[in-house]
Amino acid sequence: MVTQVKGFANRPDNTAFTQQRLPAWQPMLSAGIVIPGFVLIGLAFIGIGVALFVTSKSIQVLEMDYTGVNQDSACYKCSDPNPETCMCQLNFTIDSLLKGPVFFYYGLSNYFQNYRRYTVSKDGDQLSGNLANFLSPSSTCSPYEYDSNTKPIVPCGSIANSKFNDTFKLYQTFNNGTKKLVPFDGKGIAWWTDYNIKYRNPSVTPLRNAFNGTVKPIFWPLPAYELDPKDPANNGFINQDFLVWMRTAALPDFRKLYRRITAPDYAQGLSPGSYMLEIEYNYPVLSFGGRKTVVFSNVSWMGGKNDFLGIAYLVIGSMCVLMSIVMLIVYAKFKFPEEE
Amino acid sequence: MVKPTSRFVGRITVTQDEEEIVRPLGQESLLLRGARLKNTKEIFGVAIYTGMESKMALNYKCKSQKRSAVEKSMNTFLIIYLGILLFEAILSTILKYAWQAENQWDEPFYNQKTEQERNSSPILKFISDFLAFLVLYNFIIPISLYVTVEMQKFLGSFFICWDLDLYHEESDQKAQVNTSDLNEELGQVEYVFTDKTGTLTENEMHFRECSINGAKYREVNGKLVPEGMNDDSPDGCTPQLIGEELLFLKAVSLCHTVQISYDQPDGLGGGGESFSHANGFSSNNMEYYASSPDEKALVEAAKRIGVAFTRCSGETMEIRTFGKTEKYKLLHLLEFDADRRRMSVILQTPSGGKVLFTKGAESAVLPFTTSGEIEKTRLHVDEFALKGLRTLVVACRHFSPEEYIDVDKHLSAARTALQQREEKLQEAFNYIERDLQLLGATGVEDKLQDKVQETIEALRLAGIKVWVLTGDKHETAVSVSLSCGHFHRTMNILELLQQRSDNDCAEQLRRLARRINEDHVIQHGLVVDGASLSLALREHEKLFMEVCKNCSAVLCCRMAPLQKAKVVRLWKTSPEKPITLAIGDGANDVSMIQEAHVGIGIMGKEGRQAVRNSDYAIARFKFLAKLLLVHGHFYYIRIATLVQYFFYKNVCFITPQFLYQFFCLFSQQTLYDSVYLTLYNICFTSLPILVYSLFEQLVHPHVLQNKPGLYRDISRNSLLSFRTFLYWTLLGFCHAFIFFFGSYIMIGEDKSLMGNGQILRANRQLMFGNWTFGTLVFTVMVITVTLKLALETHFWTWMNHFVTWGSIAFYFIFSLFYGGIIWPFLHTQDMYFVFVQLLSSGSAWFAIIIIIITCLFPDVVKKVFYRHLQPTGTQKSQSLSAPQTQTLSCVESLCCYQHGQSGCSRLASLLEQVSGPCQAADCHASSRSNRSWSDTENFYSNDRSILTLSPMESTHC
Repeated sequence: MVTQVKGFANRPDNTAFTQQRLPAWQPMLSAGIVIPGFVLIGLAFIGIGVALFVTSKSIQVLEMDYTGVNQDSACYKCSDPNPETCMCQLNFTIDSLLKGPVFFYYGLSNYFQNYRRYTVSKDGDQLSGNLANFLSPSSTCSPYEYDSNTKPIVPCGSIANSKFNDTFKLYQTFNNGTKKLVPFDGKGIAWWTDYNIKYRNPSVTPLRNAFNGTVKPIFWPLPAYELDPKDPANNGFINQDFLVWMRTAALPDFRKLYRRITAPDYAQGLSPGSYMLEIEYNYPVLSFGGRKTVVFSNVSWMGGKNDFLGIAYLVIGSMCVLMSIVMLIVYAKFKFPEEE
Repeated sequence: MVKPTSRFVGRITVTQDEEEIVRPLGQESLLLRGARLKNTKEIFGVAIYTGMESKMALNYKCKSQKRSAVEKSMNTFLIIYLGILLFEAILSTILKYAWQAENQWDEPFYNQKTEQERNSSPILKFISDFLAFLVLYNFIIPISLYVTVEMQKFLGSFFICWDLDLYHEESDQKAQVNTSDLNEELGQVEYVFTDKTGTLTENEMHFRECSINGAKYREVNGKLVPEGMNDDSPDGCTPQLIGEELLFLKAVSLCHTVQISYDQPDGLGGGGESFSHANGFSSNNMEYYASSPDEKALVEAAKRIGVAFTRCSGETMEIRTFGKTEKYKLLHLLEFDADRRRMSVILQTPSGGKVLFTKGAESAVLPFTTSGEIEKTRLHVDEFALKGLRTLVVACRHFSPEEYIDVDKHLSAARTALQQREEKLQEAFNYIERDLQLLGATGVEDKLQDKVQETIEALRLAGIKVWVLTGDKHETAVSVSLSCGHFHRTMNILELLQQRSDNDCAEQLRRLARRINEDHVIQHGLVVDGASLSLALREHEKLFMEVCKNCSAVLCCRMAPLQKAKVVRLWKTSPEKPITLAIGDGANDVSMIQEAHVGIGIMGKEGRQAVRNSDYAIARFKFLAKLLLVHGHFYYIRIATLVQYFFYKNVCFITPQFLYQFFCLFSQQTLYDSVYLTLYNICFTSLPILVYSLFEQLVHPHVLQNKPGLYRDISRNSLLSFRTFLYWTLLGFCHAFIFFFGSYIMIGEDKSLMGNGQILRANRQLMFGNWTFGTLVFTVMVITVTLKLALETHFWTWMNHFVTWGSIAFYFIFSLFYGGIIWPFLHTQDMYFVFVQLLSSGSAWFAIIIIIITCLFPDVVKKVFYRHLQPTGTQKSQSLSAPQTQTLSCVESLCCYQHGQSGCSRLASLLEQVSGPCQAADCHASSRSNRSWSDTENFYSNDRSILTLSPMESTHC
């Protein structure tokens, strides 16, 4: 008996695994399975596509260029690159109700926030409130690390330095010449996590003391702790406009959220009528061929206006149905190839 | 001392009592490293070559690295990809500078350069930019491919060792894998060169017939029966052996190098005890050991008939003739060698006479015989050969005392010569082995192995050409070829034999070529002998190869070991560069095994040399069919898909990064976070392809084995052809374009919408940044690439399910985790909450789904159309084999996943009730397979090579 066992010492195990006999599901992509699948997917996609497309069509967008390239444009006078602040007014009318909530954006084009040198030009530790990095910013901030007097710049780096600084005020104008300010809501325009966790002011009160021995970014008119004189919680690194700017755009043409219109008078939207946008024109873009726009838009359950998503669903959906019909013909004609 | 390896010539001088004794040392006194001491307690020796000089170490160095065809095409692809990489990097660099020629792009006010950047030299900047692009795009070269391929090969090769079908119960041997590098090459074989003895045959010799002094005898029940006599000769009466018969038998039992081993527990008493045993005639415990199985068979046969070789100690040989012991003194042993093809012993008979016995191939002995029934014996030898017996001729020569002194002098001089000893020995041997008296000839049968015929037939159906290379004589080889199905009766057998001169040989070749051209319908078989072969190869290689290519079977006989290797090399280096496989069992096949693309050793009776030098070793020839048709097929498909898929997924990976450069001023901004860049190949997409490459089975193994024609579907590296490579690469680029521009457009058809991520959440308008965009592309990519492999997978075990869905799940879990924490050691928290923000947008989900479907949709359509309009043989048999398993397997795989094998049993019993017992399904499969065998023949009926074959005929021959 012992020798018997010994005699088969080398016999491999007879298990499903070693014998490559593991139970397995062996699907085959044949017309029989694919046709019903395609029909189902196709119909579902057409449905989704119609819904998306209709929704997208219902979204209203009002976009205006205020760069001032043309002589007849309102901000032409501001377009020559002088450092003086310049005010200009953009008049427009809304024909039908722009349903609320309405969002107000500024847009820049030809602006490369995604340039590698630019995207890395910030100091994450500094922006999370680390005081040590106030006095010695990270070298990634170069050339906006120290000013000409070798004083550290806070917040350092190209991104912070180039913060968008045009400001806007919207008025509804009436025929009698009076105008009514449409209040903007500047809260909740940045990511919740950016505002509450990622970006932190140093825990020093008052905040300005933390900035002792540092200078403001070269292009900034005011230091970081004085960005919003009305709301102390909107200053320093957690200023919402600053947060929006710090999230670098993926592509050279982008919009960034500026304000929401949530005031009770306008919660239903911007009613038809004349409006005037008062712009404090500070930000030069013509030197690199850029454009500046403002956009009023509302949204739907699917987000902002995007016709293409709906079209894509419709196209792929109908392709699926079409292909299943073609396959059906092929299937009927050739049946199972092995039956030949 | 001259050469350490193949030849050894030496002389030892011993000073004994101030007298110098000189003794020759030859190959026989050399013990190689690795030799084991047997039959003696101790041995005295001098170490002469050590370490790296030993034969084993030298051979080890010589063994050349074998690389498979897949690996070679992999390297070609790699070079193409290197070209793509360089092209992309150079293009990006040039475009970068074209773009930056204008200052407004190079250095806008918001994005000033540092002093250092401004001052560095343009050339240096150019080079550093180029290098930065190389680094950015380097993932297109799939480094991880090599790691995965090695893992796949190493782990995959276990399946060969584990295969029960390759396990030989009688000898308790399983298949052995010596190199895992060539697994896929098993699926590419076009020529099989096989040895005959021990490979096609068992190498178990049985003495069958002999011819003594012109009369034929058969062995029946331990008695020699003359031809024509009845088997049951008058019982009780001892066969009267006349003088010639007795002399013949004595010659057989004395002229050999057989060793005796006494089968008893080897006590400390040692030699003495065993001798007493031998003297006590406990011959049952005696076993013969011989380097040549023929010799063993002959000695055993002689013992059965009544002339037993009982003892061999030093210089005495003892035989017992019908109870009477005779002692012979061994004076000289003229060893066997492949050139002489004979061996001799010179003995001193008990009566004091000196006699020489010679045994060897008939062509090597008959020319030197001067007396005896030469013509009759030659006739008998040919008859034996026709029956497939291995023949040896035995002769003797009686020396007069003067002659012996002369002979002795010659031999001793030659043996102690230091220069040209071998030549001198040859001369001496030739001087001695002449004027022989022919005693007779022997016919030894070597049984064919099991299922050789079926295996050769299967290989032929698979489009593999089989060549038999043997050292045997032409008649023996042809008859064995016929009986093993290598040749069959309907074949027109062409001969290229005994060509003496170049011109004759060429003339004959041309004649053969003409005959083949004239006669298309019938199959041709070619027989070549060694001498003609070397003539043919010397000047008329092309003509010879032309002839061979048109023959469906080729048999080479009388081949020297090196010639075997030469034939293999000739084919290997021919313009078509076919993949060759050599299979053999003996040391004489080693050179051939090492030369061929794949060398297979048979674990036979001739030692382990072939096994040790082979790439794979199997116990029996019949296992070759499964090894090639099933394992080879699987491994090839697995690794071919593995290689293509790796290139594909890295193109998908890095092309969006390249495209992104067009939107960021070629500033080398990465699209993906560095952690994602690192983990893509390591974690997110590595396991599904590894599991696929270990477990994929396009067709059921039974079907593969029973329809050898399927092997043709993958021949000539078809899955790695340039066309399929182009398909995968273009697919990669297409998918990458869809990933990138799909995300680009979906996020907002109007470019300007992109930056603010308007699309995100309706109630709170947040914005997308560049990292969110990259994450969207990456998410779509991971899912699509994984699903693409899922589309390719045909065999879904629970492991495939686990790793495929697990990989996608892991990506999501990892991303949530990675983006959910402020990592203290990272300087920038770029990815913080990016993934969550992305997924919290409904439209992002819509975008992900539509992009994935858009990528995979054309692929599915293409697959369906190909399956129905232009199915490959493999696909046809898939639908044949599938219905049996398809319905149950899904449930089965699920249950195994949860509880393992044992957990299945409960469910299995339930399933049995539903679907009938498993056995029935198996039977069904086998009956189906029988049917499909004949199917294949119809299927390939346009192929000339099997036209005349039908199962009936093949069993006939």
